[in-house]
Amino acid sequence: MGEQTLQTMTWLIPVGPLLTFFLIMLFTKHNRTLSWLLAWAATISSLVLAWTVAFNVFAEGYHHLEEHPNVVSSAIDWLPIGDYAQGTWLQMGVAANPLTAVMLIMVSFAIVMIFIYSVGYHNYGKPRGSHIGEPNHGQEDPLIARFFALMSLFAGAMLLLVVSDNLLMLFIGWEIMGFCSYSLIGFWYAREYHLEPEAIPHIPPYRAAVKAFMTTRVADVIMLLGIVFFYRTFGTLNFSEALSAHSLEAAAHTFGAGIYHIAENGGAVLGLGAIALLLFAGTVGKSAQWPLHVWLPDAMEGPTPVSATIHAAAMVSAGVFMIVRIFPLIAVGSGPEGSAAVGWIIAGIGAFTALMSATIAVAQYDVKGVLAYSTISQLGFMVAAIGMGAYVAAAFHLITHGFFKALLFLASGSVIHGMEHGAGEVHDHHTDPQDMRYMGGLRHKMPRTFWTFLIGGMALSGLPFITAGFWSKDEIFADAWYQFSHDGSALGLFVFIMLGLAAFLTAFYTMRQISMTFFGQPRTPLAEHAHESSNFMTIPLIGLSVFAVAAGWFGIPDNFLGIEWGKINQFHHYVGATIYEPMAELYELHLVHHKIFTLPWSWVPLLTSLTVALGGLAVGWALYGRKPLQKEQKDPLIAILGPGLHNFLNNKWYWDELYEKVFIAPTIYFSEKIVYEVMDKGIIDGFLHLVANVFYTIGRYMKRTEELVFGDGVDWVKDQFLAMTKEFRQLQTGKIQEYVVVSMLIASALVAVVLAINYGWLTNLTSLF
Amino acid sequence: MPLSWYLLVAAVLFSIGLYGVFARRNAVAILMAVELILNAVNINLVAFWRYRTPESSAGMAWAIFVLVVAAAEAAVGLALVISIYRNRDSVVAEEMDLLKN
Repeated sequence: MGEQTLQTMTWLIPVGPLLTFFLIMLFTKHNRTLSWLLAWAATISSLVLAWTVAFNVFAEGYHHLEEHPNVVSSAIDWLPIGDYAQGTWLQMGVAANPLTAVMLIMVSFAIVMIFIYSVGYHNYGKPRGSHIGEPNHGQEDPLIARFFALMSLFAGAMLLLVVSDNLLMLFIGWEIMGFCSYSLIGFWYAREYHLEPEAIPHIPPYRAAVKAFMTTRVADVIMLLGIVFFYRTFGTLNFSEALSAHSLEAAAHTFGAGIYHIAENGGAVLGLGAIALLLFAGTVGKSAQWPLHVWLPDAMEGPTPVSATIHAAAMVSAGVFMIVRIFPLIAVGSGPEGSAAVGWIIAGIGAFTALMSATIAVAQYDVKGVLAYSTISQLGFMVAAIGMGAYVAAAFHLITHGFFKALLFLASGSVIHGMEHGAGEVHDHHTDPQDMRYMGGLRHKMPRTFWTFLIGGMALSGLPFITAGFWSKDEIFADAWYQFSHDGSALGLFVFIMLGLAAFLTAFYTMRQISMTFFGQPRTPLAEHAHESSNFMTIPLIGLSVFAVAAGWFGIPDNFLGIEWGKINQFHHYVGATIYEPMAELYELHLVHHKIFTLPWSWVPLLTSLTVALGGLAVGWALYGRKPLQKEQKDPLIAILGPGLHNFLNNKWYWDELYEKVFIAPTIYFSEKIVYEVMDKGIIDGFLHLVANVFYTIGRYMKRTEELVFGDGVDWVKDQFLAMTKEFRQLQTGKIQEYVVVSMLIASALVAVVLAINYGWLTNLTSLF
Repeated sequence: MPLSWYLLVAAVLFSIGLYGVFARRNAVAILMAVELILNAVNINLVAFWRYRTPESSAGMAWAIFVLVVAAAEAAVGLALVISIYRNRDSVVAEEMDLLKN
């Protein structure tokens, strides 16, 4: 296929869904059928384009790809920077290399499955529901068109992120997804909960949406700082330009490969390791690692297709995808010239999160809650892999996880639908249909859901050989073991042990979940009256199960079981080819610990993963499956762990309560008491009131003065004048004789003056002065 | 006989007339006093004419003028007094204070 055609197709991949968002919101919001048909058309066209591009990438063959990984690379001038006359522009563009190709395959397929599923999930075709902004059990959601618009925007943003060739466009897609997660988690914005005390705690969807957005926003700010430093260090945001061996070597020289570097003038500059950590902060938020994991379980408040998209196919995958994409930076940052702390921080957070959330998942009763914590746990696996330097293993687990987690979420949604249908039939709207304690025996009521859930659950647990999760998890174990046994890396051992325990717990809680949901007898009337979901919902489950089984077979190690099978590890060779050459060059320059290579065979990781997976499943079966729970029977785990520990796990290690006390309550106190009361009302309003009072007082005094001067003053003048005239009036007596007297007097006075002047008496007088 | 004697007589007559204007109650008496003043002035005029410019007839004419005017004015004044008397039944100057204030 021509290069030009491929470039155009790559550009067009995100366009369909993004355009659909605007079309639906502006034009077809009132026509539900047209809206979801548009959404289907957009995502299916993206699927076709994505798969075509991806297969064209693979068709190049991995030898060629090692030298030229970016099969498609096309950019346009976007923003003039620096001197406009010089003509330097920031470029934005798309690229397709093997890593983005596998990601495109997974994301586009999962999204199409989810879109098909959503039509059934929102009960299209059933009578229209009347509760706007709330879930309408059994009836068609009145806001279904808006749902598809937002999901299209979400899909478009994710595809934009995957095909982008620079960090800025990736960040744009990242942020759009953040907004979509907010609006989709809070899709049922009017839902309020009125819960019984022993029921599973829920926060209202609108609060969950804010929580998700705020938590990831904290991480995004730090990531933005990382992007700024990235640009400062490399002078470009383009992945292939910035992360080439030459560019990394130059940057390591100038800025230092570790956390910081004292420059010649004595100042400290942030090195490559620090930049890697800043960007990693974005992943901590987006992929819900500790300490920013708290948003993900509450994000279960959104409709199940949203959970499948956010927590499997798209958003959390984007977090891991980003650090996989910038892997050379992390490798140099944690390499021989860099700082080992970088690797320890990343892998440590990943491993800790994996184990912590696995322990929480064993004590959860909400079917989606278990899956939420398992997602956090599996993401911890991927992050730990990257921290150790296992590029291909992390990418592999990302892809397989996308398939089987999406499958599990959609299947759980089907289960919930069945329970809600049962609730509708027996008119019981108080029992939580998501609570596994009230399920049971759904194996016979919902067979297709059962089998697909089983396949997904086995993939998650890592059932050997026949599930995708096994192969990808095994590769992470192999990498960890290799680092410990060959390099003596303590980090390798740490990760190996933590992830091993987490894998054991994963298998355990998965079997617990499957047993509580599907085995035994129905524990409540809701489960008794459940029935299988519509084809819209079950066909995607089957589609995803195919991949949940088969996707792993592309990653069977070349030397599996010690036998040289030839180059069968397609995933390793193709995806590894993306950064094969840069890593080889960096290895020559002694800037990274390892290049991309095939691990030598060791039995330890295989035996370990077999043990933990089968062991976990066996213990789960022993506890929950052999004698399935009866009605009202308490969870046997409470007796084993003790109520204290079980409560600690059930309440998610009380992280939410801790954050509430340490961060949220003080912030609210600060904003209510200090900013609002003191600063806003007290100081600012006080100042305004003071100014107003001053002017008012001035006005009052002016009025008083005016009254005095122009009122009383004038009156006084008038009175004086009248008094004077009263005096003068006495002259006019009306008696002419008196008039004559007066005139004579004055006349004689005048004569006297004239005489005085004449005779010089007046001048004598005046000269005295 | 020196001029000053005539002037003195005229002054004395003038003062008497002035006193009469001030101090008489009866309006007719006041008019009589005014006549006195006028005549005193006349004496002054004639005296100055005779002693200063006897050849000019200006002084002589002037004195006759004053005499005639005095007579006319006395007639008019008396006519006024009669009119007032007819209205107010009194000729006391003090009581005629309609123009008061």
